[in-house]
Amino acid sequence: MPTQEHSQSKGNRRDSDDESLDADVALDKPAQTGDSELDSDVDAILGDIDELLEVNAEDFVKSFVQKGGQ
Amino acid sequence: MTVHRVMGIETEYGVSVPGHPTMNAMVTSSHVVNSYARQVGLDRSALAHWDYARESPLRDARGFDMSRADADPSQLTDEPDDELGLANVILTNGARLYVDHAHPEYSSPEVTNPRDATLWDRAGALIMHRASEMGPSFDGARIKLYKNNVDNKGASYGCHENYLMRRETPFNDIVRGLIPFFVTRQIFTGSGRLGVGQEAQRKEFQISQRADYFEVEVGLETTLKRPLINTRDEPHADPEKHRRLHVIVGDANLSDTATLLKMGSTSLVLALIESGYAFDADWEIAHPVAELTRVSYDTSLSHLITMRNGQTLRALDIQYRYLEAAKNLCERTGAHDEQTIEILQLWETTLHSLENDLMSCASTIDWVAKYQLMQAYMKRDKSNWSDPRLALVDLQYSDVDPNRGIARALEVKGSLRRIFTDAEVEQAVSEPPSDTRAYFRGECVRKYPENIAAASWDSVVFDTGGDTLLRVPTLDPLRGTKHGVGEILGRSDSARDLLEALQAPDQ
Repeated sequence: MPTQEHSQSKGNRRDSDDESLDADVALDKPAQTGDSELDSDVDAILGDIDELLEVNAEDFVKSFVQKGGQ
Repeated sequence: MTVHRVMGIETEYGVSVPGHPTMNAMVTSSHVVNSYARQVGLDRSALAHWDYARESPLRDARGFDMSRADADPSQLTDEPDDELGLANVILTNGARLYVDHAHPEYSSPEVTNPRDATLWDRAGALIMHRASEMGPSFDGARIKLYKNNVDNKGASYGCHENYLMRRETPFNDIVRGLIPFFVTRQIFTGSGRLGVGQEAQRKEFQISQRADYFEVEVGLETTLKRPLINTRDEPHADPEKHRRLHVIVGDANLSDTATLLKMGSTSLVLALIESGYAFDADWEIAHPVAELTRVSYDTSLSHLITMRNGQTLRALDIQYRYLEAAKNLCERTGAHDEQTIEILQLWETTLHSLENDLMSCASTIDWVAKYQLMQAYMKRDKSNWSDPRLALVDLQYSDVDPNRGIARALEVKGSLRRIFTDAEVEQAVSEPPSDTRAYFRGECVRKYPENIAAASWDSVVFDTGGDTLLRVPTLDPLRGTKHGVGEILGRSDSARDLLEALQAPDQ
């Protein structure tokens, strides 16, 4: 079956443009923004989230080092 | 056509001890598992054995066995870890809690539908939290656990879905039908990540945690050269009838709705494939692995994927195609069960919302919830993606501690929607689903813990003090249910009674 061969050859192929850091991808395109009422709801939540955040963000994130998994 | 099928979710949790970045992760992970086992009274050594007799992690769905000599040691998951002292316990809810590689892992019990998959997965996160709460502390610091998939220093760890499929479905049909789905479903399954590149070289936001860690389309590996379609073929069921599709490309979700839609839509696509639906050349994406990251990097959801036939489509367009195909098949074959109808509706409304009012998805979709929060932070603090506080928000979103986790806080505020009540989650922490063999496994662990010598997905091994151990095979995931064995379990006060009853001629 041609489709089978096709699919299997794909499995072994490494696309030349597989690299994850493609330059042509528009990373900076903004997403649609919600309405302003929603924004103020979110702002109200920020104060509460501030209370939760671990102290010294930079060090905390830096020290989160994992071994690879599956 | 239905969303119902045997399924389950296995999640490796991020583990760390603040202030002790070099602490051995296998040791901390073992503390997590052992602490929980002790807490629930399951720390007797007998229960710490997994029955590996039937495991074959190197069996490949394409029809060949990988030889042991060719395997990376990390692929040998069936070598008993006793010498390393890696912990393992089977829980009364039928789940397995253990150390896999350098992470504590919760493998949910087998369930028959997306709602139950979501519920028992959520129970797993609560179990992890309790494990860390009861575990040791180091200079006053407790073990922290995160339901995420990256450390942004190069490591990634998985949240794998498992779906039981019919053996007769050709594997190539599965590959063709699933690749375009997996490349595009991240627009609702993504958990969001601040960082682009395996080591977060660029401080930008992307939709998926996992997208940067896939290198090939199809393959057996899970720890290196990760494939979009994993070919591991250990059905933990009758291999003549079933295969287990092991999906490694998904993110760990905090949102109930995201998990529900992930499991439900995937199950429907598998039903389409099993129905013989023709995923012809028009469905084929030209460069799926590259497109996985391009879709993930595009929060505007406008990126155009180039198809093999030259057409260009958004991820949304491809998802609408799948949705339409599923709806049509459901109409033709009849889909009257509640969950199938619920999933089709949820899928449709989610795609419409993603397209027309993205921020309204902050109540259901993890990446949007995270993205909205980070946008608000940047606006308030006049900062940008390089703000370390945003990196902390990214990490802490997935903290399993209900008092620290940001996703949990958003639920308390009512901005992230919950599906299950605390009481329902609590019940799933201790009780197995009633409609799979997990019921038999979990109930045996609850009733006769001192008589279970070992267990696995497809067996429970009893030690009742005689000369030999007795293994009860549970090869059929849909036998050993409450309906099937509930009455026998109810009247068997001891493991010996149970075994006698099971061996009685009328059983």
